[in-house]
Amino acid sequence: MSTPAIRVHNLGKQYRIGQHRRGYKTLRDKLAGLMPFGRAAGGKLEQDVSNEYFWAVKDVSFDLADGEVVGIIGRNGAGKSTLLKLLSRITSPTKGRIEICGRIGSLLEVGTGFHPELTGRENIFMSGAILGMSRAEIARKLDAIIEFAEVEKFVDTPVKHYSSGMYLRLAFAVAAHLEPEILIVDEVLAVGDAVFQKKCLGKMDEVSKQGRTVLFVSHNMVAVEKLCSRGILLDQGRLIFDGPAREAIEMYLTPSGDGRIQDLKGSRREGTGEVVISRYEIISSTGKLVRAGDPFTIRMYFEVRDRVSRPHFSLSIFSRGGPILFSIFTSDLAYDIPELSFDGYIDLEIHEPNLLAGSYPLHLGVSDEATNHWYDRVYEGAELEIEPSDVYGTGRQRAAAYSHLFYDCSWSLTVTESSGAATAVSCPVS
Amino acid sequence: MATAVTDIPAVRPALIITPQNGWMHLGLRELWGYRELTYFLAVREIKVRYKQTAVGILWALIQPLFTMLIFSLFFGRLGKMPSDGIPYPIFSLAALIPWTFFAAGLTAASNSLVGNSNLITKVYFPRLAIPISAILSGIVDFAIGLALLLVFMMFKGFYPGPNLVWFPAFLLLALITALGFGLWLSALNVEYRDVRYVVPFLVQFWMFATPIAYSAHMLNEPWRTVYSINPMVGVIEGFRWSVLGRGNPPGLMLLASSAAALLTLISGLYYFRRMESRFADIV
Repeated sequence: MSTPAIRVHNLGKQYRIGQHRRGYKTLRDKLAGLMPFGRAAGGKLEQDVSNEYFWAVKDVSFDLADGEVVGIIGRNGAGKSTLLKLLSRITSPTKGRIEICGRIGSLLEVGTGFHPELTGRENIFMSGAILGMSRAEIARKLDAIIEFAEVEKFVDTPVKHYSSGMYLRLAFAVAAHLEPEILIVDEVLAVGDAVFQKKCLGKMDEVSKQGRTVLFVSHNMVAVEKLCSRGILLDQGRLIFDGPAREAIEMYLTPSGDGRIQDLKGSRREGTGEVVISRYEIISSTGKLVRAGDPFTIRMYFEVRDRVSRPHFSLSIFSRGGPILFSIFTSDLAYDIPELSFDGYIDLEIHEPNLLAGSYPLHLGVSDEATNHWYDRVYEGAELEIEPSDVYGTGRQRAAAYSHLFYDCSWSLTVTESSGAATAVSCPVS
Repeated sequence: MATAVTDIPAVRPALIITPQNGWMHLGLRELWGYRELTYFLAVREIKVRYKQTAVGILWALIQPLFTMLIFSLFFGRLGKMPSDGIPYPIFSLAALIPWTFFAAGLTAASNSLVGNSNLITKVYFPRLAIPISAILSGIVDFAIGLALLLVFMMFKGFYPGPNLVWFPAFLLLALITALGFGLWLSALNVEYRDVRYVVPFLVQFWMFATPIAYSAHMLNEPWRTVYSINPMVGVIEGFRWSVLGRGNPPGLMLLASSAAALLTLISGLYYFRRMESRFADIV
């Protein structure tokens, strides 16, 4: 192997916390920052200055040889997407260096540049140009793209009239016909139906067999294991494993024991402190990460500083930036604790959770049952991480962003004919 | 597809990505490499603009036409504004066509980066292509407006003369001005959404600071040249002169306007490039 296709050295990307959430600042904020009194008023902010920045990717180094197919895996927020964005030049690194040999095609989203009002044909040219193809190249591949997408009849129809399946097929078809030497793919297989996913996987397999270098991010471990020979595992922005894909997946699914008890000493909290919640732990009954639908236990460790009687533990699960999803007190389950005088822990075992994949902030608390006075209440720092899984048993992986909850449920369709007679249509599940 | 692998040249140029700090080169060569994308983005804008509207492309006529009617009524008929000896409706329409092009281009460019945030966060290409295509997409409306003006002129017995040779130069100056200010505003808009609210106000104010309803020749030298530091003064006066074939050549005004426009463009390019690496993080 001559020069590597990609060489990443000591790569780091720093973000300001809140940059994503707030999105943008206003001139007024900036002006206020310039004023002496404005800064004094913002004094509270300066205390957390050490927390204001975080490294989404830190000290990451690796080399990729020509023709290697590498899966990048890690939990939500491990820095996978940031790494891909750095490699595809969408954002620039804070430190370190990337060397790339060859044309890069990156596919971070299906349908980038598609416009609903334009026809299929127009969108092929638009999306192709955005992905870096020349007009001549697109014209040459037009028939192949249309055929791959199976949209021959509708190619001159605006894509807003397409079914979502057609839309996805067309969008992927354009990207699949981009012939880069290095292909970067993010999670595109998480959308679409099973047939579509199979088609995508087939195409990716084909691409990798042609000797191209492929970097592939996915939560779909089955796909990673099938496609990739090498796996890179990221955790909190750092590269923690680089080796055979199978080993990387093993390691991803079995977190190391000591990292699981989370300390809450520095968390934001309120309360009088007779009892303090010091740590918490999420325990999966399967011994691995908590996947959607798996039973798990939330263990709260507490320290007793002053003997209390009739304490009252509580736990709430929030959606990020959204409403409270679930909240429970010990008293809700008629679990009464007469008094506490020694340190210990309390477990909340959730037998049939219905949370979909995502990370959910937790609030943990302990109060006096009679007066509702808080001894301690931690409202930042604790988090519940749920990994994706096939909760509906269909073999399809669904995108998590749309909802937080799932229920054990089923569809049934009834079509009412004009005669008034109802016909039930049964739909097979898979 | 199997042949594609053999296309890979033996020696490939390495792309090196490192942190970007301070001033950097403008990357115009790379932008040229993406000219087809710029073209496609502009075409997309044009195709989408009047989709699902009742009168479609007629909107390109309605705006300058009605503004002309209002101007003719209030400034021409009631205000008796001098118009260099040209019938007031033609005098104002000849200014409104390039002005509308500029104002629409500036507004579109200012909002272009924010409006295309989905592209910026998902795909790499020189970001300059976005505001440039936003401005270029106004060309079709401009051409239609120009046709309207010519029809109007012939109706009133005006024919463009040899001055028309200079017309492309004034169009270019309008483009440079729109791009120069568009670059500043679009890059600022990514960070400060205040720009979104400032632009309509700015455009309105600017229109009255530009000789559209009146003639720049109402001012005497040297104030006229000072006044033409507003680059749109040179554009409008020059456009009128070249298309109508009457009135006074813009002369010194053109020089001042061109200098101001170029200065804005160059500073805008540098500012834009400086901010570019952060767009994807903050847009």
